[in-house]
Amino acid sequence: MCDSCGCGDPKIVPVDVHERILATNDRTAAHNREHFRERHVVAVNLMGSPGAGKTAVLEATARALAGRARLGVLAGDLATDNDANRVRAAGIVAESITTGSACHLDAEMVHHALHHFPWQTLDYLFIENVGNLVCPAVYDLGQDVNVVALSVTEGEDKPLKYPTMFQKADLVLLTKTDLLPHLPDISVDRIRENLAHVMPNPMAIEVSAITGRGMASWVEWLSQVARGFSRASLRISPWR
Amino acid sequence: MHEYSIVQALFEQVNETARAQAASAVRRVRVSIGELAGVDVSLLRTAYDTFRERTLCEDAPLDVREIPARWTCPDGHGDIPRGRTLVCPACNRAARLAAGDEIVLDQVELEVPDV
Repeated sequence: MCDSCGCGDPKIVPVDVHERILATNDRTAAHNREHFRERHVVAVNLMGSPGAGKTAVLEATARALAGRARLGVLAGDLATDNDANRVRAAGIVAESITTGSACHLDAEMVHHALHHFPWQTLDYLFIENVGNLVCPAVYDLGQDVNVVALSVTEGEDKPLKYPTMFQKADLVLLTKTDLLPHLPDISVDRIRENLAHVMPNPMAIEVSAITGRGMASWVEWLSQVARGFSRASLRISPWR
Repeated sequence: MHEYSIVQALFEQVNETARAQAASAVRRVRVSIGELAGVDVSLLRTAYDTFRERTLCEDAPLDVREIPARWTCPDGHGDIPRGRTLVCPACNRAARLAAGDEIVLDQVELEVPDV
């Protein structure tokens, strides 16, 4: 390549960028977060495998908080309205975000959905992500906290297999604990130990949407998030 | 397979940079991907190679710098050895992720008219 004789060849220049590839998503997420905080809405990004019990947790949360808090759900779903319909039946205002083939929600999808959803009057907005332990961990949506539903039937080593997801979790809900008597080989202690290898502040609550076990602790955790939120104007760390 | 949507965002970012420099082509793209970023590097390469045809990046190889995860004590007691629980063995504080969550466009090599 010629860069000195003036023959008109193009020259090659290195240009430093040093920007996150998802910077556009990050900006939209920051915008969503600003909206939520202005209105004192606690936004919870609820993630987990397909069938981990995310929707059942929301139904049980609606029962536990009936008359005490205003809940809303944006349900990410590949193809159906089933999850939104289920939580609506439980008395929560809900809307689907149909993602088609996309394996995760992104900040723009959430932002768009907010335009058609009465989120401003809520105490808690649950964003039920697409069932998947990989992709949703990568995209900031503007949430205040990440909660991962992990069912006891999924295997004790799930945290070790999906470290990114659990590293980003503020709380893990160990779901379907009513099945533990039928799972002699599953040890909750080993699940907790595996979580401690991938979560810097490992926190897990054992719940059952069927029996209601652990729902009081979960609701208390949510109210702590909400109190932290209104008290310190936003001490809660956003996405790490 | 979110690697495809990451590649789309990468193309937009590269195009923007190229436009700002009035570049006629892109010769190389350099990115950093952390071990805990949630991005599979081989899938990222496949997605890049699939979609770069007929874009400004058509002749630009993708260089990926893979960054290992590094957890460290927030109080300066050093790094947590791999495979351990994520608390500082000296002071018991929760470890901080010091490196390994990068999804970053580092640099592009652009072909610009020599004027």
